[in-house]
Amino acid sequence: MNLAWRDIRHSPGRFLLTCLGLSLLLGVVMGMTAIYRGLVAEALGLLDVAQADIWVVEGGKRGPFAESSRIPRDTRDAILAHWGVAATGALVYQSVEIPHRGKILRVFVIGAEMGRPGGEFELADGRHILKSRYELLADPRTGLDLGEQVRIGRNDFTVVGLLKELSSSGGDPVVVMTLRDAQIVQSQFDPPAVHRDAARQTSAVGATDLVNAVIVRLADASAAEDVIASIRRWKHLSAMSGPEQEAILTRSVVDRARKQIGMFTAILLVVTTVVIGLIIYTMTLDKKKAIATLKLIGAPDSVIVKLVLEQALALGGIGFILGATLIRLAKDYFPRRLVFETSDTVLLFGVVTAVALLASVIGIRTALKIDPASALSG
Amino acid sequence: MAHAPVIEIEHLSKSFGAGEARVTALADVDVTISTGEVVGLIGPSGSGKSTLLNCIGCITEPDAGAIRLAGREIYANGYTTADLRRLRLELIGFIFQSHNLLPFMPAWENVALVCSMLGLSMPEARDRAMELLDYLDVSRRAKAYPSELSGGEAQRVAIARALANRPKIILADEPTAALDSERAAIVMDLLRRVSREQDTAIVVVSHDEKVFSRFDRMLHLRDGRLEGVKSA
Ligand SMILES: Nc1ncnc2c1ncn2[C@@H]1O[C@H](COP(=O)(O)OP(=O)(O)OP(=O)(O)O)[C@@H](O)[C@H]1O
Ligand SMILES: [Mg+2]
Repeated sequence: MNLAWRDIRHSPGRFLLTCLGLSLLLGVVMGMTAIYRGLVAEALGLLDVAQADIWVVEGGKRGPFAESSRIPRDTRDAILAHWGVAATGALVYQSVEIPHRGKILRVFVIGAEMGRPGGEFELADGRHILKSRYELLADPRTGLDLGEQVRIGRNDFTVVGLLKELSSSGGDPVVVMTLRDAQIVQSQFDPPAVHRDAARQTSAVGATDLVNAVIVRLADASAAEDVIASIRRWKHLSAMSGPEQEAILTRSVVDRARKQIGMFTAILLVVTTVVIGLIIYTMTLDKKKAIATLKLIGAPDSVIVKLVLEQALALGGIGFILGATLIRLAKDYFPRRLVFETSDTVLLFGVVTAVALLASVIGIRTALKIDPASALSG
Repeated sequence: MAHAPVIEIEHLSKSFGAGEARVTALADVDVTISTGEVVGLIGPSGSGKSTLLNCIGCITEPDAGAIRLAGREIYANGYTTADLRRLRLELIGFIFQSHNLLPFMPAWENVALVCSMLGLSMPEARDRAMELLDYLDVSRRAKAYPSELSGGEAQRVAIARALANRPKIILADEPTAALDSERAAIVMDLLRRVSREQDTAIVVVSHDEKVFSRFDRMLHLRDGRLEGVKSA
C-alpha cells in the first residue's frame, strides 16, 4: 500500500505548489544549460560555415571573433601562391544596429567573396547573391522577409535569400553581403578613431582595402604546419589552424559563459535541495503522530523510510517533468537560441534524483527518531 | 474455551531519571493475564498505568523483571527494536485514547494497511478490512476519512484496526476518555465481545468509573505497586 501517494492525494495543495515552484527553478536550470548549448552552437556556427583549414588575421591577434583584426585584402592572393593551398577567401565581420520597422535590429554582418572559401551558405529560401552589390542573405530571426528592402548605413539592400539558422557568437542573427558591400558598411559603422588607427598601422602595405580575416583551404591537410609557419613569417599576420581557432573561440566566448552558467546552476541546485529538504521536513513533522502510530502498530522502518523518500522523489520528479515542459513551451519566447541536448536532460534528471535523496535525509532521520510511545499520549 | 495465560509478568520494575529526579514508575509488579479476559488497569494519575501498558506493548524496556507474551520472553532475548516491532505487528493490537487513525487514508484502508503489512494481498486485505468493519458495525463508513467520522465511529474503526492482525493481546490506554458515557459503554461492550469471540486478552487503562463494571478483573496500581487484585 503506497502511503506516500495517499498522503499527497489527501492534501495535495502544498505538495503541488512546491512542485510548481521547483519546476520553475529546474526550468531555469534547464534553460541556462540550453542557453549554454545554444551559445556553443552559435559560436561554432560561424566556424562551421567557414570550413577553414587555416585562419589568417592581424599580427598578434587571436582571430576575427575574439579580437578586432585588420589585414589588407590582397593577403589572400599572396597566401594562395603558397604550396599546398587550394583556395583562399577574405572575410569581413561587423556588428551593426539598423532601424527596422520602427525598432533597432542588431545584426552581425558577414562580408564574403561569393564562390571563394567563406562564401558558401546554406539557404532555407530564396537564392544566393548574384549581383555584386546591395543584395543580402538574412537569418530568419532578423525578421527580414524575402524581397524586403532594408537600409544599412547609407545604402539600401534587398533580401534575396534566407539563411538556415546562423548567428554570431554573441547571439545576433547574421546577414550576408558581398565583401565589397561589407567593407563599406564597416567603414560607415566603425568609430572614426579605430578607422584612422587601422589605416595608419597598415599604411606600410599601402592599402585601405582592409578585411578582418582570410581563410585558407588546403589541397593537402599535411601542408598545414608549413603554411602556418610561412604566414607567421609576415610580421603583420598571425595564423592558426581551424581547431586552434575553435579552441580560442570556445575559451573566450564559451568558457566564461560556462563558468557563469555553471555557477548559477550550482546555486539553483542548492536552492532546490533546500526547498525539497524543508518541505519534506515539514511534511514529516505534520505526520509525526501518524508515523508514531505506524511504528506502534508494528510497521517496519522500511515503510516509514519509503513514505518520506517517495515523497521527496515525487517532488523532484514532478518538478523536473513540469520544468522540462515549461521551458520547452517557453523556448520560442527566449531572445537566445536554446538547444536541448538529451545528455544534459538525462544528467540533470540524475542530479535532481540525487538532490531529492539528499534532501530527504533530514526528513528520514526525523521520522526514524520519532518515539512510538508519542502516539499514545494525547 | 480454555483460556491460556498470554501475558506473564514477573517482578517488573521500571524507574525514570536518576538521582534526585528519580521516579519509580513500577515496583515489583507480578501479574498474569489470560486470553478471553478484559482486565482494567486503574489507579491515580502517575501511578504507572501507562508505563505498565507500554512495557507489555514492547515500547518501554523495564529495568528488571520479565515479561512473557504468548510464551515468548521479550526484552531478555536480545530482541532489537525491529524484532519488537514485528512482535507487536503479529501479537498485539493497540487502541488509543484518540483514535490515531492515519488521516490520509479512508477507514477501510487504515484497517487493510495492517493486513497488508502482514503479507496479505491487496484484495485479501480489503476483504478482511470490510469483514472487520462489518463486525464492528461501521462498514457503511468504510470509505470515509477519519476526519469525517464521529468519535464513536472512529474508535470502532480503530478497534477494527487493532483486530486486523488477529492479536492475542489488545492494549488500550483510556480508549473511552474521549467519548460520552453512552458511547463509552458501547465501546466497552464491544471489547468484551471481542475478548470472548476472538479469545483475546484485553488490558484497558481507565479512569472512568462508569466502565469499571465491564471489567472481568481490575488491577489497582499505586505508586507503581500492584494493590489487592479485585474481581468486578
Ligand atoms: N518517559 C518518561 N520519562 C520520565 N518519567 C516518566 C516517563 N514516563 C512516565 N514517567 C513517570 O513515571 C510515573 C508513572 O507514569 P505513567 O505515565 O505510567 O502514569 P499513569 O498512571 O499512566 O498516569 P495518568 O493516569 O496520568 O496517565 C509518573 O511519575 C511519570 O511522571
Ligand atoms: Mg497514562
